[in-house]
Parts: sequence; C-alpha cells; structure tokens
Amino acid sequence: MRVPKQRGPVSGWVSAVMRGRNAEVPTLSAGSVIGDADVQLALWMIYELHYRGFDDVPDDVEWVLSLIQLRREIEVRFEAELRAAMAPLPTVADDLGQQILDIADADGGPSLALFLQREADAGQMCDYLRERSITQLKESDPHSFVLGRLEGLAKVALAELQYDEYGGGRLERLHAWLYAQALRAAGLDPTYGAYIEQVSAVTLATANVMSMFAMNRRFRAASMGHLAVFEATSSVPCRRIASGLGRLGFPREVAAYFEEHIEADAVHEQLAARDICATMAAEQPHLAPDILFGAATCLYLEGLAAADLLARWRVEERMAS
Amino acid sequence: MTHPISVRLCPDGPLLVRGADSVTDDTGVEHPVTRPVVALCTCGKSQRKPWCDATHKAIRR
Repeated sequence: MRVPKQRGPVSGWVSAVMRGRNAEVPTLSAGSVIGDADVQLALWMIYELHYRGFDDVPDDVEWVLSLIQLRREIEVRFEAELRAAMAPLPTVADDLGQQILDIADADGGPSLALFLQREADAGQMCDYLRERSITQLKESDPHSFVLGRLEGLAKVALAELQYDEYGGGRLERLHAWLYAQALRAAGLDPTYGAYIEQVSAVTLATANVMSMFAMNRRFRAASMGHLAVFEATSSVPCRRIASGLGRLGFPREVAAYFEEHIEADAVHEQLAARDICATMAAEQPHLAPDILFGAATCLYLEGLAAADLLARWRVEERMAS
Repeated sequence: MTHPISVRLCPDGPLLVRGADSVTDDTGVEHPVTRPVVALCTCGKSQRKPWCDATHKAIRR
C-alpha cells in the first residue's frame, strides 16, 4: 500500500512528514475528532506504520518523534471524547463476564444487520463490505499487541482466541484471508487498504480505537473489554448478513466469511468475557472500570458506524415516509 | 497422542469443549471439530446444531 491521499491539513502533514518533507505542524481544530475524517485518517496512517507500513515510506519513519507526538495529541482528544460519551460507567458487577454479555445484549443501537438481511440492495451491501474492509483485513492484529501484556489464564484465553482468528494453522481459515476472498467474490478490491481513501470518519474511528487500546499498555483492559463486546455482538448479526447475502444472490464465498463468524464468535464471546475480562478483573480489580469503558466504547462506536451507513442510504427517511 | 477432553458449561450459554476430535449429534451424525474450542448448543434452538449460534440470547430475553 502507498500513502493514501490526504483528506485535509492534518493527514496532509502526516503524509509530508512520512515522505521526509518539512512542514509546519498543524493545529487540531476544536470539534469532535471522532467525526473528523482528516484527523482519523492521520491517526490511522501513523498506526499503520506499526502494522504493514507503506511501500513509499522508509521503515524507520515508524518512530519519527513528531509523528508520535501528533499521535499522542490525537489520542488524548479521542480518549477524552470517548470518556465523556461513556459517562457514567455502570458499577462493576460481581460477575463481570456476565455483565459484559448483558451489556452487549442490551444494545439498542440501529440494526444495520437487520436492514442488510431484509432490505439492502446489492450496492448497499457492497458499501457495507467496503467500509468493513478497514478493520477486517487486519482482523485480530490489534489484539496481538496486547498478548504480551497479559498473564496467566487471560493470556492463555486470548492466545486460544487469536489462534482461531488466525486460522488454527490453516491459511484458508485465517479470518482476514476469508474477508479478502469475500471482497474478491463480491467483485470488490481485496487489496489491503484499497478503500482507505473512501471510507467514513467513523469507520476510521472504529479501526483506530482498536489500535489505540492495543498499542497503549494503559488501555490493555479497555482493549479486552472492547474485544469481548465486539465478539458478543457478532454471531447474530453475522447470521443476518449471511442471510441477506443469500437473498441478494452473492457468491457463496462472500457469505462464507460471515458464516464462519456465527460459530467462531459464539465461542469467542465466552472466552473473551469470562476467561479474559473476568479473570483480569479478579486478579487486578482496579482494571475492571476500564474493561467496562472498552466494552461501552465498542457499542458506542459501532452504533455510530451503523447510524452513519443507514443515514447515507437514507433508510430512516424512507421508513418514516 | 491422546488429549484430555475438557467440558465447561457457561451459565445461560453453550458447553465449551476443548480437545475433542469430533462431536456426534443426537441423530448419530459425526461432526468434525475444526477449531481449538467449540461451543455446543444447549438451548436446542441453534440453526447450526450441534454448534452454538448464539440463538440462546433471543430466548433468554
């Protein structure tokens, strides 16, 4: 992948610095960073240096101080915005694992999956597949950064979950690979980062929050709380989406990705909530509120992403008329 | 090499099984295990039996 086209002054500055040019450091505007495509793309690009990097950027740009400084500045704003939106957090229950599953169950967000199952046209389905490619083509990669920060049963459970995500020793079961196959079968571009210039600010935010939680040790508990809710809100929607793909006559390879996640995530939600999160909280009770913060953040951002797509397709308007 | 099989029941949820090579369902059909841990349906409503597909959540509600 090459450095994406800038979306404003902040991503433009990141792009210039990555190519070794001197440029004046941009000031972040006062508004929301979650809804700012320029800022989210800038953050995504800085994180990407720690994943696959860019063909036209030297590897050692990963640790250029001015980029790390900007990343930090954006992260502080991103966290503050999320903390404000999530306040007040629920009280930590005795059975934190069950509490997380209950939080996921109580999700009252707009049902994107229901719309995709019953009403979406092929163009809207492709739109959804493109947006989701940003997180799914590096599915599970953020959480691999957390593995080294955990101990005991929580580490064992995350490793077990990741091994399944990474195909259990078989490339053809690697989830990110399955997603690339799904994109190809749907007639879309399976190349890593192909749609980064087109996706929405909130799609970038859903990807960035996972990297922010995974790459900062202080967010290790939030990262696992986020993972648990992500897994616990996946099986049923994946079943709906697979059914929608069948209704629209998409090739089998497209639904195969979602079908794999019906069974996989029914396992993973139990592992993540009970073996990872509940164990972490039992061993280090001070981490429990952050687990809940991560859990709530997942629902919040995924809800924004769903609302954003439904609004793009003018679904509410149509339903109201 | 034989692996010990472990089974755990999740409250209001599936049975988590580790170490099994296959699961035989109530009609005698054998289903190969293809992941490190599998979740078996205990509510009886899964559409992908013997595997759990999280349908139990809709029932509990």
